[in-house]
Amino acid sequence: MLRPADITQLCEIIAGSGGPFRLRGGGSKDAIGSPTDAAVIDMRGFAGVVDYDPPELVLTVRAGTPLAEIQALVAGEGQMLAFEPFDHAALLGGTPGLATIGGVIASGVAGPARLSRGAARDHLLGFTGVSGRGERFVAGAKVVKNVTGYDLPKLITGSWGRLVAITELTLKVLPAPRARTTLLARGLDPVAAAAAMARAMGSAAEVSAAAHLPAWEGGAVTALRLDGFPASIRARAETLHRLIDGLEPLEDDAPLWDAVRDAAPLPRDKPLWRIIVPGRNAPALIAALPGAEWLFDWAGGLVWLASDADPQAIRIAAANAGGHAMLIRADAAMRAAVPALHPQPAPLAALETKVRRAFDPAGLFETGRF
Amino acid sequence: MSLCMPEPDAGVLARRREIVAAMRAIVPGEGVIDHPDGLRAYEADGLTAYRQPPLVVVLPETTEQVARVLAWCHANRVKVVPRGAGTSLSGGALPLADGVLLGLSKLNRILDIDYADRIAVVQPGVTNLAITRAVEEQGFYYAPDPSSQIACSIGGNVAENAGGVHCLKYGLTTNNVLGVELVTIEGEVLRLGGRGLESAGLDLLGLVVGSEGLLGVVTEVTVRILPRPQTARALLIGFAEIETAGQCVAEVIAAGIIPAGMEMMDRAAIHAAEAFVHAGYPLDVEALLIVELDGPEGECAHLIGEIEAIARSNGAVSIRASASDAERASFWAGRKAAFPAAGRISPDYYCMDGTIPRRRLPDVLRRMGVLSEQYGLRVINVFHAGDGNLHPMILYDANQPGELETAEAFGADILRLCVEVGGVLTGEHGVGVEKRDLMPVMFSPVDLAQQQRVKCAFDPELLLNPGKMFPELHRCAELGRMHVHGGAVPFPELPRF
Repeated sequence: MLRPADITQLCEIIAGSGGPFRLRGGGSKDAIGSPTDAAVIDMRGFAGVVDYDPPELVLTVRAGTPLAEIQALVAGEGQMLAFEPFDHAALLGGTPGLATIGGVIASGVAGPARLSRGAARDHLLGFTGVSGRGERFVAGAKVVKNVTGYDLPKLITGSWGRLVAITELTLKVLPAPRARTTLLARGLDPVAAAAAMARAMGSAAEVSAAAHLPAWEGGAVTALRLDGFPASIRARAETLHRLIDGLEPLEDDAPLWDAVRDAAPLPRDKPLWRIIVPGRNAPALIAALPGAEWLFDWAGGLVWLASDADPQAIRIAAANAGGHAMLIRADAAMRAAVPALHPQPAPLAALETKVRRAFDPAGLFETGRF
Repeated sequence: MSLCMPEPDAGVLARRREIVAAMRAIVPGEGVIDHPDGLRAYEADGLTAYRQPPLVVVLPETTEQVARVLAWCHANRVKVVPRGAGTSLSGGALPLADGVLLGLSKLNRILDIDYADRIAVVQPGVTNLAITRAVEEQGFYYAPDPSSQIACSIGGNVAENAGGVHCLKYGLTTNNVLGVELVTIEGEVLRLGGRGLESAGLDLLGLVVGSEGLLGVVTEVTVRILPRPQTARALLIGFAEIETAGQCVAEVIAAGIIPAGMEMMDRAAIHAAEAFVHAGYPLDVEALLIVELDGPEGECAHLIGEIEAIARSNGAVSIRASASDAERASFWAGRKAAFPAAGRISPDYYCMDGTIPRRRLPDVLRRMGVLSEQYGLRVINVFHAGDGNLHPMILYDANQPGELETAEAFGADILRLCVEVGGVLTGEHGVGVEKRDLMPVMFSPVDLAQQQRVKCAFDPELLLNPGKMFPELHRCAELGRMHVHGGAVPFPELPRF
């Protein structure tokens, strides 16, 4: 394993004669993608906070800094990373606390609040990194509003280490809500649940997260989360009560939202898929895949699905529903055979390849993992 | 005028008749304009100091026509400048003498509205405000609201990643677009993103938004629409010093409040606006804050109380809270009229768009005052205080020889100052031609070469909107070989324009 201590060493490694290289933070998502024996560049040498000025809503950190450390830091100032990034240890197995912020950004991790507050890509303002050419470059900036040059921060978010070795990141942070409440509807079928979530999202209640679990403590629950100022939450809860019958408050809602985020209720012995669809199509998607176990997050826009059905059938069902399916958890043999990322139409795949070559002309970051 | 565009290709100019005929074969009837009078209507966008009639104007009505136009131009090595409504303040749609101007205004239909998934699918020529108009009866709206929203098109908003006064809470265009149909310079029609919240694969959608028409032509846009908040209220707060106004903004945000809008005006802007629209602004203050809250009535009332307390503790000399929508509109009237108000007190004005870390505001305004004296030109300031996006307006008279150049030099110094204090050249107007030559202030040659390589992945012959965004035109083959050492650019002989 290569562990550069600074950018100069990182440039030397990449510009040297080796490769391909797998860029790695804490390794919390090692179990995603095709197994590969590519040389690992451990990015944890780039650690620590560079600048944090809470009223500016901007945080600059080195990419190898543990996510948990950053979340504790901003929480201490009453702030948060609004896209709810999380550690994949619960989802994939492994030691909690290893996930780094660079890994979070490289894989575009976002939790239930992504529905209302945006994804990782919406909160990355700028970065410094080293391209596959072994050159250090910067893009974006360290202020919350900027359109100078191409928005490369969006492009590198979720690029899974195939464009750039990120060494430093500037993130937008936001005030953490002072209070939160979750309301539950019980016993809805998937169609009724999707409709109820759409009604809630279309109201002025400003629902921050909406999920549906078909089996949670003995029955189906549809959960609607409100966060903000206490007076406001009360008013918005009343709006929801007028809209949806039989809502009841859930005391201590953290276990439920953690379970949604980690797809915890789904069986661990079947391949786990993360399927993005327009929310209204989520019920049709699961109807097309009988026998699968599933839950809805993002008001149906994210379907976690555990199934040992034919991967091709799952991807066709996802595409028919207007979406795409990523393989998140499976045994090594299946991961070697089934690409983790949903294959793109040929013209788009060709363009993606050209964009990757623009950063990495020799394919040093192409490890076969994706 | 201090900016130059690439030298027109004499060979292309000589083929003008053939090019017009080829365009007419693709877009029949009045969709091709080649008469000099007709071309003049397209010679400038919102950056009116720069004018250049295009070779020919083409106004396609279908995606297929767009694709055929681009494919023909690609095959025949003819440059293309895409144009939406032509409201760009950075010259993003400035035509080229040897280029086709591809106007998207006839692609102006709303294709689908889905309230369950809260999206609207529209063609690029639909205006920003027309999206809100189409969905407001159902209680929805489209959040980004650039000041030109009556006129500007959503396609142009996508190209420029347009903002507005509500960005801090609701984001820019890029945070409100889920998918586009993009036609490449080869004429290939691609779909990036869709109706779901994430794209598969690389986030090319995020790359294309804000790419200023250099990567492809957008022929369809899927946007998120939001439920209209139940109420909106505003505060009008006057301060005796810029510093205390800035401190008030910082403390509002530190208190965990993200207002829907938070605008600041300096003394000169207050006086210009008040003289123009009689908004009832206090005239004995150095800085005026407009803070807008939206949400449930109880939330707005609660936050207004909190902000009033913060303002008082920072020595606010006047505080008014709107009691009605009419009063709220009157608070905004002066701010929204700031540009025409500047036009009223000066023959011409030049609007800048830098962003700075908010904490540097007093320092930046002080130094801007010094520059104002040095250049002998007045400047008035309005600014999106929540996100640090400054809009200094430099007042000048284009009829006085040399004054435009002086205004441009002053503006460039303001933007250098923004970068020096940790900010950027443009917060929402785009680089275009206007800030193109300042890009090296913010980015090193390596940074710029990397961005240009991305351009090359989409458009290796540099046919789409050349002369915008990048200060130098590197041929893509050279960029592929180029290694930049110690910040020195190789190929110094390449044309700089």
